[in-house]
Amino acid sequence: MISFVEMMHLALHVGLPHFLLLSAVLFAIGLFGLFTKKGIIAVLMCIELMLNAVNINFIAFNHYMPATDLSGQLMALFSIAVAAAEVAIGLALAFRIYHDHHTVNVDDLNHLKG
Amino acid sequence: MFSDFMLTHAWLIPLLPALAFLWIGFFTRLHKKRSAAIAITMSSLSFLLACGVTWAVLSGPITMETPFVQKTLWFEIGSVRIFMGSLVDPLTAMMLMVVTMVSLLVQIYSVGYMAHDPGAGRFFAFLSLFAASMLGLVIAVNFAQLYVFWELVGLCSYLLIGFYYDKVSAREAAKKAFITTRIGDFGLLLGILLLQITFGTLDFQELKVLVPAYIWISGTSFMTIVGLLLFIGPIGKSGQFPLHVWLPDAMEGPTPVSALIHAATMVVAGVYLVGRAYFIFSALPVVMNVIAWLGGFTAFFAATIALTQRPIKRILAYSTISQLGYMMLALGVGSLTASMFHLMTHAFFKALLFLCAGAVIEAMQDEADIFKMGGLRKKMPVTFAAMTIGVLAISGLPPFAGFFSKDEILGAAAAVSTPLYLLGTLTAFLTAFYMARLLFVTFFGEASPGCPATETNAFMRWPLIVLAVLSCVSGLWGHFAGFGEWVYFGAAEETGIDWVIAGTSTVLSLVAIGLAYEIYVAKRWSAYEISQRFGVLYTLSFNKYYIDEFYTLLRRTFCDGLGRILYWIDLHVIDGIVNGLARLVGVLSTIFTFLQNGQVQRYVAVFYGGVIVLVAYSLFYAYKVLTLLGGAF
Amino acid sequence: MNDLILSLHRLIDMGMTMAEELGTPEIILAAVFYVFAGISVLGALGVVLGRNIVHSALCLTASFIGIGCLYIFLSADFLGAVQFLVYGGAVAILIVMAIMLTRREDMAHSNPSRSIPHQLAALVVAGMFLLAMAAVALMSPFQTAPADIGDTVTGIADLMLTKYVLPFEIVAVLLLIAMIGAIILAKGVDES
Repeated sequence: MISFVEMMHLALHVGLPHFLLLSAVLFAIGLFGLFTKKGIIAVLMCIELMLNAVNINFIAFNHYMPATDLSGQLMALFSIAVAAAEVAIGLALAFRIYHDHHTVNVDDLNHLKG
Repeated sequence: MFSDFMLTHAWLIPLLPALAFLWIGFFTRLHKKRSAAIAITMSSLSFLLACGVTWAVLSGPITMETPFVQKTLWFEIGSVRIFMGSLVDPLTAMMLMVVTMVSLLVQIYSVGYMAHDPGAGRFFAFLSLFAASMLGLVIAVNFAQLYVFWELVGLCSYLLIGFYYDKVSAREAAKKAFITTRIGDFGLLLGILLLQITFGTLDFQELKVLVPAYIWISGTSFMTIVGLLLFIGPIGKSGQFPLHVWLPDAMEGPTPVSALIHAATMVVAGVYLVGRAYFIFSALPVVMNVIAWLGGFTAFFAATIALTQRPIKRILAYSTISQLGYMMLALGVGSLTASMFHLMTHAFFKALLFLCAGAVIEAMQDEADIFKMGGLRKKMPVTFAAMTIGVLAISGLPPFAGFFSKDEILGAAAAVSTPLYLLGTLTAFLTAFYMARLLFVTFFGEASPGCPATETNAFMRWPLIVLAVLSCVSGLWGHFAGFGEWVYFGAAEETGIDWVIAGTSTVLSLVAIGLAYEIYVAKRWSAYEISQRFGVLYTLSFNKYYIDEFYTLLRRTFCDGLGRILYWIDLHVIDGIVNGLARLVGVLSTIFTFLQNGQVQRYVAVFYGGVIVLVAYSLFYAYKVLTLLGGAF
Repeated sequence: MNDLILSLHRLIDMGMTMAEELGTPEIILAAVFYVFAGISVLGALGVVLGRNIVHSALCLTASFIGIGCLYIFLSADFLGAVQFLVYGGAVAILIVMAIMLTRREDMAHSNPSRSIPHQLAALVVAGMFLLAMAAVALMSPFQTAPADIGDTVTGIADLMLTKYVLPFEIVAVLLLIAMIGAIILAKGVDES
């Protein structure tokens, strides 16, 4: 086991694991929200959180790993673009669902049930 | 050089009718006259090319041993390279001449015959394709190319026999022809595959070297099987016993098609195949015996059936089977020359006979029973003259074509086996009798009152005259111009006449014709009484030995029985399994519907549960690897 | 936008130089990281736990901005700017618009959660996932020395138009399709 001092030392030397942990925490929070939220817009917000967590990973790896180019950042950029498309479609869908069913509650949207 | 040009452009001969087929099929199908013009133009061109090729072969250094071969890579599967191209030797040249000439004449005849048929465009398209397939088969350089065109020929015969597809009997006949020949084709295909497996090539020229060497090294046992398999193809295609049943039914197609099938394209393909692959067959005594005896038996057997038939085309169909039997007999006793010579003369006189029959049937307004005709001699003089020449030619009377070729076959048979010779001579007697019966009953006697028959139109008349002339001279030409020095296998053959054999068969034929005259014209004996006296034999022959019925019985017993068993299995075993599975799925699904409640979040939760399991699993292994490498943290 | 990047850069440079002058750069860096990481995580928690959906949206925006600052901390200044613009600006506004367009009776309980047992189950799943991911993160090599990657805007532009030109084009098409699709979805099909 490592001692408290060592732990503090590690905590204060910001490096790759810090970002990975942060990303994991954000992802897990998003996941929790994804499971528990009832409103469809809230669910979409949680998904955005999870996507951001992933982007943090991309950029952190690109920064700390001995990379030769900016592929990681570019991937994050693509990810942002795709996420933008996703949020546009998602919100349009939410609006559409609200328009058709007068609800944004995911519980009421169980038409997938056979 | 003109002859070089001709040889290198021999591939155009099958291509031109094929182009005609495409052109008619795509553009002028609905336009009768234009379609006929295109088909005939292309056929004429390929006939001219065939003439050029024949001239080049006759004048050049091309012999049976040194053919002209031109080929190009067709496709490549792994290490198997299949070529296609053109192989020209005297045999090919002869076949090209015969096929192009007969198909050209038949097409000209069809202009008259099909004048009032709305499907004439389609008809000419199929005729062109038929000719193209046969020509492609003839110039094939290897078994693969030959087999492709072989099947195409079968397809065309199917299309043309079933030309009147609104008639049930025509459809049935077309199916029968196709399925029966397919049975033979299967054997042929197996034989070809065995050749490919054994020798690694299908090329005729290469096999010609490899096969004798193989037989010299490892004996004939394996090659005998291959040879027999290969021979099953010709049995089906050339209507040999027991696969002859389709040929008489093939007359359901329009008569020009019958002429084409029986004379030049379909049925001689089998004989040609045996001739082309003669280097295989001739080295295998067992197969040769089979061919000879099967041919001889078929010749005799079909002749006995032809004796009692009544529809004019059916008689001719059985005579074709009989004559094909002759050709096979000649091949079996080792005389390629005699066989091919007979093939050529037969093509002319059989086309002539069929076209005459077509003219008669058309004149009688689709009445095919010869006993309802009679006295047509005066009403259709040209047709009568042509028919007479055809009958004399097929009966083997000098100086008509059949005399020389039949004599050669009988001579070759006599040199090998006396029973076969006797069988052949007896068949010649029967042939003369039933053909004379056909002629006498149809054209002599008194015309029934109100008989509508008149002479045929010019489109139909001229091909008859040309074919009649050919039936007169082709035998003489072949005999004196030395056909045997041209088309032969092994050593060139002298075409001398054995006067004993020729005399015997001529006398027998004359006797048979006289007998027929006495019975059917002079009515010295009643045909009915004779048929009563030979009761059982007559019934057997009239019903074609019940072979069709026998096949039906076989089919009912075995195919239908098997079908019934399989139906039961399908109903109870397979359906049982399927229904059981469905029930199982139903039971399982009632369990799993708990998960499938339509809630997206439930799905997501399950999904991430799976992800966690996978991550934990991979972490476990990553941890193990890291500890192996020396410490994880 | 450039001004924003420049000013942020200047701010961080100032912080760095100050830290170097002070001789304790690591602690300053750690402080910056923890501040922004805290903003992100607290924002995220606010999204998940908030009762009012408008508050949740605001928390989300805060979280996005915190993450954007961390990008700049990771010397991905261009990405940081994009994060501010796209997430902090466009997406946030879009979400608020969507909230506005989907009316509900009581704003105070506009962001309901599922029942407590559901929440516990979700907590278990998310917690296990977090544990697994944390294990992965801790097993990764502990790297603190950042690699030098130079000017990011030029680098990204170079890559985007050379090595990744095809994905770039595809993303462009995807955005177009998404835009058309969103319009059609929101507008609805003309029933007649």
